[in-house]
Amino acid sequence: MNRRSLATIVSASAVSALALTGCGQAGQGDTTPDGDGPVELTMWTHSAGNPAELEVYEQIIADFNASQDDYEVVTEAFPQGAYNDAIVAAAAANDLPCLLDMDGPIVPNWAWAGYIQPLDLDPAVTDSLLPTAVGTYQDEIYSAGYWDAALAIFARQSVLEDNGIRIPTADDPWSVDELDEALATLQDAGYDTPLDIGAEDTGEWWSYAYSPMLQSAGGDLVDRDTMLTADGALNGPEAVDFFTWFQGAFEQGWASDSGTVGNEEFNNDEVALSYTGVWNAMDSLDAVGDDLLILPPPDFGDGPRIGGGSWQWGISSTCNAPDGARAYLEFSFADEYVTAFADNQVVIPATPGAVEASVHFSPDGDLRPFVELSERFALLRPETPAYPVISSTFEKAAKDIMNGADIPSTLDGAVAEIDANIESNDGYGF
Amino acid sequence: MTTPTSTPVPPHASRPGDRAPAAAAGRRHGTRAARRREGRAGFGMAAPALVLLLLFLVIPVLLAFGLSFTNARLISPNPPRFVGLDNFLRAFTADPVFLRSMLNTFVFAAVVVPVQAALGLLLAVLVNQKIRGVTAFRVIFFIPVVTSIVVVSILWRFMYQENGLINSMIDTITFGAWQGMAWLNDPSTALGAIIVLSIWQAVGFHMLIWLSGLQTIPEALYEAARMDGATPRQQFANVTWPGLHSTMVFVLVTITIAALGLFVQVDVMTQGGPVNSTSTLVYHAVRKGYRELETGYGATISLIFFVLVLIIALVQRHLTRDKD
Amino acid sequence: MTTPRTAAPLAEHDVRRRRKVWSYAAMSVLAVIFLFPLVFMLVSSLKPDSQILSDIGSPQAFLPVGDISLDNYFGVFDRVPVSRFLFNSVLVTVLTVGLGLIVNSMAGFALSRMRWKGRSLVLSLVIATLIVPFETIAVPMVYWVSKLPTLVLEGGVPKYDFGWLNSYHVQIVPFIANAFAIFLFTQYFSTIPKSLDEAARIDGAGWFTIYRRIVAPLAGPAFATVAILTFLPAWNQYLWPLMVVQQEDLRPVMVGMQYFFQLNTAWGEVMAYTSLITIPVLVVFLSFQRAFVSSVAASGVKG
Repeated sequence: MNRRSLATIVSASAVSALALTGCGQAGQGDTTPDGDGPVELTMWTHSAGNPAELEVYEQIIADFNASQDDYEVVTEAFPQGAYNDAIVAAAAANDLPCLLDMDGPIVPNWAWAGYIQPLDLDPAVTDSLLPTAVGTYQDEIYSAGYWDAALAIFARQSVLEDNGIRIPTADDPWSVDELDEALATLQDAGYDTPLDIGAEDTGEWWSYAYSPMLQSAGGDLVDRDTMLTADGALNGPEAVDFFTWFQGAFEQGWASDSGTVGNEEFNNDEVALSYTGVWNAMDSLDAVGDDLLILPPPDFGDGPRIGGGSWQWGISSTCNAPDGARAYLEFSFADEYVTAFADNQVVIPATPGAVEASVHFSPDGDLRPFVELSERFALLRPETPAYPVISSTFEKAAKDIMNGADIPSTLDGAVAEIDANIESNDGYGF
Repeated sequence: MTTPTSTPVPPHASRPGDRAPAAAAGRRHGTRAARRREGRAGFGMAAPALVLLLLFLVIPVLLAFGLSFTNARLISPNPPRFVGLDNFLRAFTADPVFLRSMLNTFVFAAVVVPVQAALGLLLAVLVNQKIRGVTAFRVIFFIPVVTSIVVVSILWRFMYQENGLINSMIDTITFGAWQGMAWLNDPSTALGAIIVLSIWQAVGFHMLIWLSGLQTIPEALYEAARMDGATPRQQFANVTWPGLHSTMVFVLVTITIAALGLFVQVDVMTQGGPVNSTSTLVYHAVRKGYRELETGYGATISLIFFVLVLIIALVQRHLTRDKD
Repeated sequence: MTTPRTAAPLAEHDVRRRRKVWSYAAMSVLAVIFLFPLVFMLVSSLKPDSQILSDIGSPQAFLPVGDISLDNYFGVFDRVPVSRFLFNSVLVTVLTVGLGLIVNSMAGFALSRMRWKGRSLVLSLVIATLIVPFETIAVPMVYWVSKLPTLVLEGGVPKYDFGWLNSYHVQIVPFIANAFAIFLFTQYFSTIPKSLDEAARIDGAGWFTIYRRIVAPLAGPAFATVAILTFLPAWNQYLWPLMVVQQEDLRPVMVGMQYFFQLNTAWGEVMAYTSLITIPVLVVFLSFQRAFVSSVAASGVKG
């Protein structure tokens, strides 16, 4: 009697499935270790697929686990493009790990949301770091990183000299007019698109790369004094001036949003200038050799600016052993590890000791100019929980302007969007 | 698997015995009992799927429904507040991108649905012929479907560039008369570019659905039609097309729904730009509700989307209902 | 191009021939248009990044010329645990598709061939659920599955725990029931004559027997179509595992794709990896396609 039995089985299992869900009460399955063994510290990184970085973490973790018996760090690596989604999902499910790394500008947002707790490391550690490698919200430190990145303009000395273009220095960078002239000259010299500005990229790159230009022109993403409005900062006359230049650069063909993310075009001498990051420097050194120039970004009126703040570490508020997490982090900030990160990944080390020890960034290292650019010009993105919305709105507005949208009305629209968001979040604690 | 009621039945009588009591108990009673049994068995056989749909579709949709009346945020220390219809007002009165997204979504569907359905049928008819090598063509037309849409979108983004393959092909065909353009960067061409890619990517799938419909049409009908001297065109109009009714309903409904749900291509290729010319309802809902963390407002957009699609689907169902 | 009844056999043969030639021509042109992503992918997987990018605007993009090697494939295996990810995806996909075929075809059978209270309402509701794109409910879903109970064995004793994150079943169970599949089965089953059921009922067959022994064997094309239809989303799952699976050794292949998008994208490796994970799909499609054709042949008698 197949039909009878089937119906019975099916309804029985359906009922039990419903009953199971019915008694679904939250109670996240934290794996609490049994008595004696070391306490497990879970740790997530954004470094899957990046063997150079993972290698250093593995070394630190092995050393730390061997150095004491109280804690054991267990790591899980996520690919970068998927990392934020994984964190947000884990937070929604109340399932965050003890230790997690995060991109600098998101720190205030996660601190405000209660994902992470004040870092509370030995001040000797955090004081020794580059100011842009420390993440704060409301004057409290929430994160610290082993390195910072920096952007610069890559050029070939021979190309600039052949075209009679002055080589700028950190003390005497190009003005906008000089930059325009240089671009026009280079275009005439046969470079169809003389400047690779990286506009084919998407996401945080836009705020990271172009909001410092806006700041250099005297505008900003938000009014940093109050953090309550973008009005006047993102749509003031300085901002309109900057975006007029930005739109013009694409209209005149000085820059384009075709091409590929990365620095191939510069390395192949298809573009003369490339606005790009320290992480691309080794490939360009290989391709160009001694002819490579690492130049400061242009001065849009208020002095050159570059973005500061890269990946940093924090401790989640649900961490079951914050003392262990702190012990691990303090252990990990030893100069030898910071140096290893810097040289493996080609990023600027965050401690003076590591700068000295680094192959690339020591005073006679081949990438030394980045250290100076970072020291003199780095500016953090606004440290407000509103940043993710600000950044996404900025990216959209800047792209629309690149594609020919009316500048003042686009910026006013972006300001209205940001302000509405800040207001509906009750000022994000400011 | 035996239930207690089945055990007393003697093995040799198991099959006929099953029916015997009903037959013996008189026609009326037997019918009613059989009906009841049929009802129970019917519900039982549908139950596993229904329970799963309830758990993993209906409940999350209801959660989203509840969220749409609040100002809930994905990341926030503040508990969500009930805000009534504020989110709905915002969408229709204070969010021009939402209105633009709605327009884009409908334009996309209005082009994709008929074109893709027709092309799919054309391909299906071509590969339904009994000629050598036809299997290879079936597989080839299906290849874009099995290639991940993310990869396909990245690839087409390359090709649509100013110095990309599309322009260099047009250049060759027009003997250099064509000025290359960046298709995805111009508000007037970006949506069209996404339409072309989307049809190309999905049409093989609907070819397959049409094909499975074509194969259910008995060869005898064609033979009869040929005997009556029907031309291939007449055969198509009088045999093929009527035989494809339920397939057509399925194809139209699935393409419509897939088209209205356009998301990945936009996310990978244009992020809704340039100047909102490719933003769609689902993309806008994800951008607001997930990327910009406004879960409540994102849920509102999703809810409006569900209602609109439901209306369209019902209208479509009404229009394509079987007249018999 | 008419074929009058009186036409001589030779003329008819000619017309057929001409149609055949046209068909081949049309299909060949289309084949080129449809084939190029696969060709581009395979060819590019053999080239270094710089060459992929410089070839992109020219026909060379589709030719294995220049600096050809298998380096990208070695790179892929260095960067990503390919075999583990493949295993996970095969497991998740086979179970999702297999259980889905059973569950959805049973529902389609009940909805198309049996009379029961609420049937038409249920059918409308099932079709209504078609309109929900997964992206729009992903966030509530994560929250919801993190609250679902699960059975764990602790020292041999079964015990309830909460939270479905980080498991295989969270990647499978939510996707077994599929409104598209139910809809397709319902449509297909309704084309099979109901008189078969009645005859079987008179012979004393139960409903499940009718489903399993009579209707299902006649529905080969529907099963093959649904298998392909549900195979693809299961294999291409990306957003969901990203959100609910944290352990690397439970991740499916599509998440692995993100491993190549570092600060600069390793395009050659992306293409190599994509080739590696697309080929199994093509193989499956090929084998189903054969089953599809033969099941049609087998059931060709019915009207």
